[in-house]
Amino acid sequence: MTQLALVIDLNVCVGCHACVTNCKQWNTSGAAGALTDFNPYEAEPNGTFFNRVQTFEVGTFPNTETVHFPKSCLHCEDPPCVPVCPTGASYKRKSDGIVLVDYDKCIGCKYCSWACPYGVREFDEQRRVMTKCTLCVDRIYDEKLPEAERKPSCVLACPPGARLFGDVHDPESVVSIAIRERAGYALMPEHATQPANHYLPRRKTGFTIRDDELYRADNPHKIDGAPFDRDLPPTNEELN
Amino acid sequence: MPDASTEMRTTTCYMCACRCGIRVHLRNGEVRYIEGNPDHPLNKGVICAKGGSGIMKQYSPARLTKPLRRKPGSERGANEFEEISWEETFDILEKRLSHLRATDPKKFALFTGRDQMQALTGLFARQFGTPNYAAHGGFCSVNMAAGMIYTIGGSFWEFGGPDLERAKVFYMIGTAEDHHSNPLKSALGDFKRNGGRFVAINPVRSGYAAIADEWIPIKPGTDGALILAIIREIIALGLYDRDFLARYTNSGQLVNQDEASNEFGMMLRNPEGDVVNPLRPHNFYWWDRLTNQPVPDHTKGADPTLYGSFSMPDGTPVKPAFQLLKERVADCTPEWAAEITGIDAATIKRIAHEMGITARDQKIELPIPWTDWWGEEHETVTGNPVAFHAMRGLAAHSNGFQTIRSLAILMSLLGTIDRPGGFRHKAPYPRAIPPNARPPKGPEGVQPNTPLGGAPLGWPETPDDLFVDAEGQPVRIDKAFSWEHPLSAHGLMHNVITNAWRGDPYPIDTLLLFMANMAWNSSMNTSQVRDMLVDKNADGGYKIPFIVVCDAFQSETTAFADLILPDTTYLERHDCMSMLDRPISEFDGPVDAVRIPVVSPKGECKPFQEVIIELAGRLKLPAFTTAEGARKFKGYPDFVINYETAPGSGIGFLAGWRGKEGDKAMRGEPNPNQWEMYEKNGCFFQYHLPPSSQYMRNWNKEYMEWAQQAGLRRDNDPIVIHIYSELLQGFRLAAEGKRAGKQPPDELRERISTHFDPLPFWSPQLEDADTDLKKFPLNALTQRPMAMYHSWDSQNAWLRQIHTYNHMYVNSRTAEEAGIADGGWMWAESKWGKVRCMCRYSEAVEPGTVWTWNAIGKASGAWNLTKDANESQQGFLLNHLISEELSPRANGKRHSNSDPITGQAAWYDVRVRIYPAEAGEPEQSYPQFPPMKPVPGMKQRKMGWQAWFAGRKETK
Repeated sequence: MTQLALVIDLNVCVGCHACVTNCKQWNTSGAAGALTDFNPYEAEPNGTFFNRVQTFEVGTFPNTETVHFPKSCLHCEDPPCVPVCPTGASYKRKSDGIVLVDYDKCIGCKYCSWACPYGVREFDEQRRVMTKCTLCVDRIYDEKLPEAERKPSCVLACPPGARLFGDVHDPESVVSIAIRERAGYALMPEHATQPANHYLPRRKTGFTIRDDELYRADNPHKIDGAPFDRDLPPTNEELN
Repeated sequence: MPDASTEMRTTTCYMCACRCGIRVHLRNGEVRYIEGNPDHPLNKGVICAKGGSGIMKQYSPARLTKPLRRKPGSERGANEFEEISWEETFDILEKRLSHLRATDPKKFALFTGRDQMQALTGLFARQFGTPNYAAHGGFCSVNMAAGMIYTIGGSFWEFGGPDLERAKVFYMIGTAEDHHSNPLKSALGDFKRNGGRFVAINPVRSGYAAIADEWIPIKPGTDGALILAIIREIIALGLYDRDFLARYTNSGQLVNQDEASNEFGMMLRNPEGDVVNPLRPHNFYWWDRLTNQPVPDHTKGADPTLYGSFSMPDGTPVKPAFQLLKERVADCTPEWAAEITGIDAATIKRIAHEMGITARDQKIELPIPWTDWWGEEHETVTGNPVAFHAMRGLAAHSNGFQTIRSLAILMSLLGTIDRPGGFRHKAPYPRAIPPNARPPKGPEGVQPNTPLGGAPLGWPETPDDLFVDAEGQPVRIDKAFSWEHPLSAHGLMHNVITNAWRGDPYPIDTLLLFMANMAWNSSMNTSQVRDMLVDKNADGGYKIPFIVVCDAFQSETTAFADLILPDTTYLERHDCMSMLDRPISEFDGPVDAVRIPVVSPKGECKPFQEVIIELAGRLKLPAFTTAEGARKFKGYPDFVINYETAPGSGIGFLAGWRGKEGDKAMRGEPNPNQWEMYEKNGCFFQYHLPPSSQYMRNWNKEYMEWAQQAGLRRDNDPIVIHIYSELLQGFRLAAEGKRAGKQPPDELRERISTHFDPLPFWSPQLEDADTDLKKFPLNALTQRPMAMYHSWDSQNAWLRQIHTYNHMYVNSRTAEEAGIADGGWMWAESKWGKVRCMCRYSEAVEPGTVWTWNAIGKASGAWNLTKDANESQQGFLLNHLISEELSPRANGKRHSNSDPITGQAAWYDVRVRIYPAEAGEPEQSYPQFPPMKPVPGMKQRKMGWQAWFAGRKETK
């Protein structure tokens, strides 16, 4: 069975918010739209975004990590937002695992957002319905689009390529390979929601310098002489 | 909307300076969505937060839609306007400007901000005959351009950049998030996925530095000391690329060391040597280490000695340039730099070793044969995969030029210039050191009804190229190309208003500002600049008599206009990213691009390009007028097709599809169908150089001959890297009275002599010298967030939700010591002013630095936000703390707060102290200004809910 999902690479996300607004522009005029904005030009503007980036610091100076953390619906395999819905508006598609809301059935009771441990549902105060990431369901199956463009808007936009999209149940998909090979992890596994979306952790590339690599037999000091009254160090060749 | 009519057009983004290719989808004529063009070489389909919010800019309630005149009887700055027609607007401008042109053209000043068509605006100014033209480069990153171009003949961003595809280690120094934007993000993502190591050297860890493998915090303005110490370590350990230095830089050239001579410090010229180019003689000497004697440089079979001290046959004492560099950095030990930078000596040594070992041991050999300028054939192209990037973090300091020269020298020592994995040029660069455009040489270059006698902006090579009068005083209103900042290649827009207000060097009449928010975030000392804009003479007239502002949006600055010209948005006009200006070239060849209108202009908006063409026609500027005196161009699109740099030159604004049939590239007759051909190709033109011309282009014979033929360069002489700059030494000799020709005013001799050092050096920022650092111990910085382009996006309903207001980020320990709470109100005070703002504790900033996002803070009511919007009530502008001038000198005169070499605005030199706001103080940012109201023609802002759904025509 297919389970579509995003895999987000925290190792290269620079926090640029491309995914945030490109999600919004696609979806506001799409099947899930409009994504309303409250007070667009006044104090305390606050609108619907299916995808947001939180930035936080970890550690203390100077050992600080600044983490940019994009968050949207994780399309859980066992989504707690679905059983709590009194009208059946919140549902998970059997065909591809996308969790969606049927606006026609939604009564805006917000049970689903209380049940969601990740805080990724977005209540539309104007229409009084719950909204959320649809994985751009209105474009990923659109055969009028070239195949390469049948992806969520956030994935296509992402400049550093920090967002992967695919079927996490297909072991050969780009997302499964990334999760497997790069220690992809799910958020808050203790809730047993089995999020389909995964995150790839930071990984550090270091540099090791060995003393005997500093000088090579062809060191230009052999031609130019050593500056700053340094003695020419012995080369490996000479040491041997 | 199944019955909606949909359409897709390609064009070029303008939500920032990046200029990505976009596809704009329309539904019933409204913008449905904007996506990155996958076929575009620059962004390859990606798009950023700003680009994805273009819809909210297009339909922004801050749009100006009608030409406006300050209401008769109202005070300037009161923001009272009345509508007038374009015909009246042009009549006013024509009358005023034709009078100025006929009497004293320099009384007209044209300064443009985020201008992407300086080829046109510069041409207009030059044809008008005014020297008073520049864009925003002087307050942006001219130090980066000049520091690198005067050293390696190219620079970062549009004209070159790090080759992250092949680099193994990458060092990003200081804030550089906005130049480049998307291409750099994409390259960083690929670089890290490929296992590259990314080191960020920056006082702050945000943005790109967040994903660095190592963050090295540094004190602001001390990067030069760090780089010099790295250079010393590289030299000390012999980690430099000797072959590269010997052949491709001036390291081996002999420098006159006869202190008694007027030629002291200049390169020795060989009377029997090959001059190559009389305008820039290349007849240097090497001291051949194989025969132990002086020989013409690049003598076949010779190898220059890099160290030592020699006597020429005539007894003249000489040293190779590299010897002088070695002597210069002798005392720049890692321990010395550790004190200055706050980075421990072991770390400095470690990163120097990392750079040197990687460059030496991970060499790339591409099987690409090429021939160098001296005729030597090379079987391969070599690369040393160490890449760097820097922009404003290094540039926006008064010591930035020499810091950036140090960086370019370090990059050269590592042998990374225009090689795979290092720094690569982008056309039209590399160019001569310096490029050939020169400003006029004196006041005689400014004559009534006559084009300017030189380029308004250019690259002085010697003191005689300075644009000064007989007394050595400036001719330009911003004092560019004067002894105060001789190499100010981008002008000094940040001093225009102050100078014009003071009448120093002279008063002007009309100031035309395009897309520059000079009454807010684009000015230093904002509060006082706003006062200058409304200040009057004793006779009741304004000190700056007439101010014209052209912009698509209402800003803080439009309130100070006498005349407002409503510009179009980027989706409504023709535009070009020209090879004559700042194209979007790739490493492997020239690329230029266009914009085409994808929606019709709103209201009476008119592209500034059309305003310029119309005015140029009315004023009968020669380049815009036929021999019979008639108007030459129907409009901007017609101009772009038909204008040639010289009659029959075949070089115009666009390099693609030239020739009558559109079958020629770079050079060819005008093509009447050029716009259509660009549109058909996604609005860009890309030229791929053959692999043998893609590298080593300072010295690549095949490339150089092609570049000359294509008109990218006037000459094809080699561009040898200036490890030692005799050009700078020429200015120093003038200051020391050892050079015939133009002389600096006596009071400036010491300043020139100090800063025009032919070798890189580090000195504290100028403002430190007359600041009590005990009282104002902290550095204060700004940087641009990735989701906003300067002041431009608070009107954008989506982007303002990402950055609604700004905090001052303070190291937690520093804030605690000052008694300021996390989230609490605080004051930041410099010796120039103070701001009240909100504090945010941070562990991602070094303890001696505070910082905030630039230009999120707005004046109340500006950009058609309500007067209580967070941007004005909690948001703040750091500019109030930064002076555009340094403290008065002994004679009462004040220098610009700029780099003394280039005039680069020293935004990042300011020193502050911080303390908590007292209980009972208003919880509101300070300073505040009277709220602005909308002006006629602006649409009602949507209050409460807004739900944009393209094609329904509801929200407009």
